[in-house]
Amino acid sequence: MSLVGQRPGSTPAERPGAAPEAPTAPTRHTVSRWQRVRRDRVLLLMMVPGVLYFVIFQYGALAMNVIAFQHYIPFLGMSNSPWAGISNFRTLFGDPGFWQAVWHTVSLALFQLVFFIPVPLAVALLLHSVLNGPVRKFVQSVVFLPHFVSWVVAIALIQQMVGPTGVLTNLLSGGGDHVVNLFTDPSLFQPMMVAELIWKDCGWATVIFTAALFQVDEQLYESAAMDGAGPWRRLWHVTLPGVRPVVVLVLIMRLGSVFSVGFDQVLLQRDSFGQRVSEVIDTYVYYHATVNGDWSVAAAAGLFKGVVALVLVVAANKVAHRLGEQGVYR
Amino acid sequence: MSPATGATARRAKDSGPKVSRMPNGRMPGGRTKARRPAWQEEPRALTTAGKVLATVLITVAVVAPFWVVLATSLSSSRQVTADGGYSLWPREFSLHAFHQILTGSTAGRALVMSLLLVVVGTAVSLAATVLLAYALARPGVIGGGWVLKMTLIAFLFPPGIIPAYLVVDNLGLIDSYPSLVLPVVVDVFNLVVLRGFFQGLPGELFEAARLDGAGEFTVLWRIVLPLSKSVIAVVGFFYGVTYWNDFFRALFYLNDPGRWPLSTLLRLLVTQGVTADANGTTASALQDTSRTTLMATIVLAVVPVLVVYPFVQRFFTKGVLTGAVKS
Repeated sequence: MSLVGQRPGSTPAERPGAAPEAPTAPTRHTVSRWQRVRRDRVLLLMMVPGVLYFVIFQYGALAMNVIAFQHYIPFLGMSNSPWAGISNFRTLFGDPGFWQAVWHTVSLALFQLVFFIPVPLAVALLLHSVLNGPVRKFVQSVVFLPHFVSWVVAIALIQQMVGPTGVLTNLLSGGGDHVVNLFTDPSLFQPMMVAELIWKDCGWATVIFTAALFQVDEQLYESAAMDGAGPWRRLWHVTLPGVRPVVVLVLIMRLGSVFSVGFDQVLLQRDSFGQRVSEVIDTYVYYHATVNGDWSVAAAAGLFKGVVALVLVVAANKVAHRLGEQGVYR
Repeated sequence: MSPATGATARRAKDSGPKVSRMPNGRMPGGRTKARRPAWQEEPRALTTAGKVLATVLITVAVVAPFWVVLATSLSSSRQVTADGGYSLWPREFSLHAFHQILTGSTAGRALVMSLLLVVVGTAVSLAATVLLAYALARPGVIGGGWVLKMTLIAFLFPPGIIPAYLVVDNLGLIDSYPSLVLPVVVDVFNLVVLRGFFQGLPGELFEAARLDGAGEFTVLWRIVLPLSKSVIAVVGFFYGVTYWNDFFRALFYLNDPGRWPLSTLLRLLVTQGVTADANGTTASALQDTSRTTLMATIVLAVVPVLVVYPFVQRFFTKGVLTGAVKS
């Protein structure tokens, strides 16, 4: 498993990461390795803060997952808490609330995947066809903007438009009393989540897709047009195949966050829609730990989520490679 | 966010020259696409009208909420009450809400707290990320491959919130300001973007500097950073926005609401509003004075981003593919 962005010029022989060759020539290698450490000492020094961060806050945190196998009691600390084997996982898998959270997470993620991709793609196609550069640039900047406001702000803004006292609500109901509260109706939870996501992050994907559209070779369009292909056929046979790698990339990346998708977003609205429809794995973990004080079961749920998410991304990446796409990493 | 950007960055770079050679100056949102290519049909008037309408609608859908919140925050609470909880134009212009916030102790302090968090956090994150990215960008640095793998694995398997909490707890950082920065110092996506950019710089630069006897820090400071202003600006903006918008970490790690940054405070106000609505006590539960105050708080939470955005935005369009693949 290695990053794609490796330096083309670095052959395996020069690359230090390829250490497994060490056993073949131990003595010579040790010497040269020390020389290299001496040579690179300043660079190694530069790595220290970043590496420390990863070791402590990423890998150290991964190690903390052992409490999923303990009956963790904060007062006693990790070293004194009794071991629990896999009983936390038994508890977890026996909890209907957990499976409900898993189901909400998966269905919400699928729902968002299916509805999220086409909208920015359509907007990107529209912008791509706008001939006036400044106009296109302006619209692009505007739609990208909500990506940079927090979910708190985004939800507050959307509420101000379509909430019970919102502008659109008022205009559409003509000031009448009979208004549906979009933010509390449990049956509207998923559509609202998707709509909010589209408002906030459509611009993000639009920018990526527009960039991809401009990478499509102009000559392909030209020859397609020569061959008598109309605008729709060019869209189908030239444009869409041209942007497919990027669409796949965005899809996989969203899939990777499938299981964390919308933690902020859901956490903010869980109480208004009701836990019964809106609990996802992340909020389950959070409330189990902070409200119920059940740290070990919460950690077990978190660990389960992490493993499933990892498997999903790796699998999606494999599938993408099978289909001849670049994927996220190689 | 993703380590994909190694791939994307390189792809963008590879195709960079080709793109600029294309007849119509095509960077997304780049120079004007002056003329319609000869092979393209003249659009019908109806199509054009539809496109214009759609473009306007999309823009309005994004801008309108910002406008309503701004207008409401600048209106007197009497007008907001009369208009039904919002205002489309501040007929009775009033800065009362802002005055109330900025003189009030809680929100005023939260604002200062947020600004400090952004400044310190962004500086720390940029420093750590630039140093690591620079070292990893040099070909053949010993251990580089391992470190790179380590970051990728950390990206694919992020620790959950409970283990993260336990680390902060074990370090004794609960209820301390460093807990808002240290757990998120280096973002893998930003790291990969920076590394990709540094790798794209011509190698002769380094050789020449080396011959002049310059050390690595000198090369980084004198040569690399001045050439990387645009990507540093973008990455710095990403970090800044993350720190500015993050409400969860303070909620999780700081028990004293008096020390919360603005975003966490705003979350409290917004969810209170939502819950009040949920209880069926819609507009009356939120006094209209507090409605204008809430709107003013939102404006304060958005303005810094809005102010910086246009300056950084032009750098996005330079390297959109590397820059934008941020989830």
